Amino acid sequence: MNEITGILAIWYREFKVFLREKSRIVASIINPVLWLLVFGGGLGSSVRISGLNYQAFIFPGILAQVVLFSSIFFGVYIVWDRKIDFLKEVLVAPISRTSIFVGKVIGGTTDSLIQVLILLVMGWIFGTTGFIPGLHLTPFSFIAAFLILIVTTVSLVSIGLIVGSQMESPEGFQLITTFILFPIFFLSGSLFPINNLPRWLEPLTLADPLTYSVDALRQVILGTSRFSLLHDLSIMAMFMVLMIALGTYAFKKMKL
Amino acid sequence: MAVIIRTERLTKKFVDLVAVDALDLEVEEGEIFGLLGPNGAGKTTMLLMLTTLLRPSSGTARVNGFDIISQSHQVRKSIGIVFQTPSSDDTLTGYENLKLHGMLYGMPKALREERIKEVLKLVDLTERKDGLVKKYSGGMRRRLELARGLMHHPRVLFLDEPTLGLDPQSRETIWEYIEGLSKREKISIILTTHYMEEADKLCSRLAIMDRGKVVALDSPANLKKVIGGDVVLLKIGNPDLERVKQLEFVKKVQVKGSSVALTVTNANEHLFEILQTIGKVESVEVRVPTLNDVFLSYTGREIREDSPEGGWAERMMNYQSRS
Repeated sequence: MNEITGILAIWYREFKVFLREKSRIVASIINPVLWLLVFGGGLGSSVRISGLNYQAFIFPGILAQVVLFSSIFFGVYIVWDRKIDFLKEVLVAPISRTSIFVGKVIGGTTDSLIQVLILLVMGWIFGTTGFIPGLHLTPFSFIAAFLILIVTTVSLVSIGLIVGSQMESPEGFQLITTFILFPIFFLSGSLFPINNLPRWLEPLTLADPLTYSVDALRQVILGTSRFSLLHDLSIMAMFMVLMIALGTYAFKKMKL
Repeated sequence: MAVIIRTERLTKKFVDLVAVDALDLEVEEGEIFGLLGPNGAGKTTMLLMLTTLLRPSSGTARVNGFDIISQSHQVRKSIGIVFQTPSSDDTLTGYENLKLHGMLYGMPKALREERIKEVLKLVDLTERKDGLVKKYSGGMRRRLELARGLMHHPRVLFLDEPTLGLDPQSRETIWEYIEGLSKREKISIILTTHYMEEADKLCSRLAIMDRGKVVALDSPANLKKVIGGDVVLLKIGNPDLERVKQLEFVKKVQVKGSSVALTVTNANEHLFEILQTIGKVESVEVRVPTLNDVFLSYTGREIREDSPEGGWAERMMNYQSRS
């Protein structure tokens, strides 16, 4: 029972802080909208992919991108907790390290999913008004996409927390995550189809865990994908379990 | 009196330095126990071990009957802490910080709300409870952390340099709270400090620490008695002290350059005779012994109250975890 109120406590704090930093929400929405409208619109004027409008094609990829950036950057908050000494208050409380990790994951997932919801609603508006032709979000695809993004978020928040738990300075965290973020984003097929990739690129893409989230999202939103939904979901689930296990371990080893 | 904390050869070694050296200590229930010493004496390291945040290299300790290594969860339940640097979240309000704390300690909602009211009142923050901690003054923030440390009814409260960096007025206020607390809340308090005045005013017993060891342990009054008299400080151009040493009421003579410190029984009565014996004196000062004199007599050094504080133990730990 104690552990559950402990998890709730961590979540409560993360959520309060998130609500208080409104600039963070605004910034996290502007970036994907730029990608979708400016990059997608610009390139889309001369590119169509498997019969689809390019903006509609990258919409699932941009959803994954929002989750990727906000989830991994969430890990920096544990570095700040250490810096402002708030971490001591948490570590000296009578709750297990596992509960601290779980609370943090739920906190970070909540933050990311709020941003995802805003973007999904925007996608629905863009689709129904015909601003992005070919993007039709139905209640089913809306909910299915949301569920897929929950699993993705949990994995990615865990990665952020694993890195964050081992770092001492926010600058160090930024440096490390830059090396993680951009390869994961570019290799995931967010911006291009992964059906006919060059020989050297394909294995890298298949090794990227985000590839399967993007593929699954395309399946439920656009009805086009490379792998079956079951294939994507199994890999996503396995990756999530692995990241949670690693994260729990990292938190147990975490120093003050 | 029951023993609330007992350390058994408690030791912490960092790479090339013994921060706490095989300490055996007993703290009794209900007392305010002080750890006094200069920066780097091992006080904070000691506290981090007793609060289970740092694992001892060898030896162990029992807090409230629980072993700090094998029963760390129970130890954490029994204690409250006010750290040297503030550890509240400054993007939250005072109330929110307390609520969070209550939740972390598994307090049921009704009890939590009641207790938040009580502790806020205790530290006079009721009116500011909904203000962001960011906007608090240093003294207010320290009071909030004191309230937080108490909230879950701990058996032992640890205070690491509770008034470090505060202005004299806030310091006095914090002292009042601490004194009131030990009377009202049936709680044992361990505090570290390098302020003599603080140790003298608050502590029922005091351990003087130097380089990881306890060099003296007693009540502040008894420690001062050990000095064996008043202190006469002299400045002398040409110190010829052989004849002074012969005087029967002069217990001890310490020379440092042109300054001489004499320990004298009943100095006011014998001052004239001392001055006659010595001859030409540039200045003279007589005072009752302070804890600073006690520290000086045990370690041969003074506690420098102005020396910079820099999270010394933390830096050592970081160093260790990297290597």
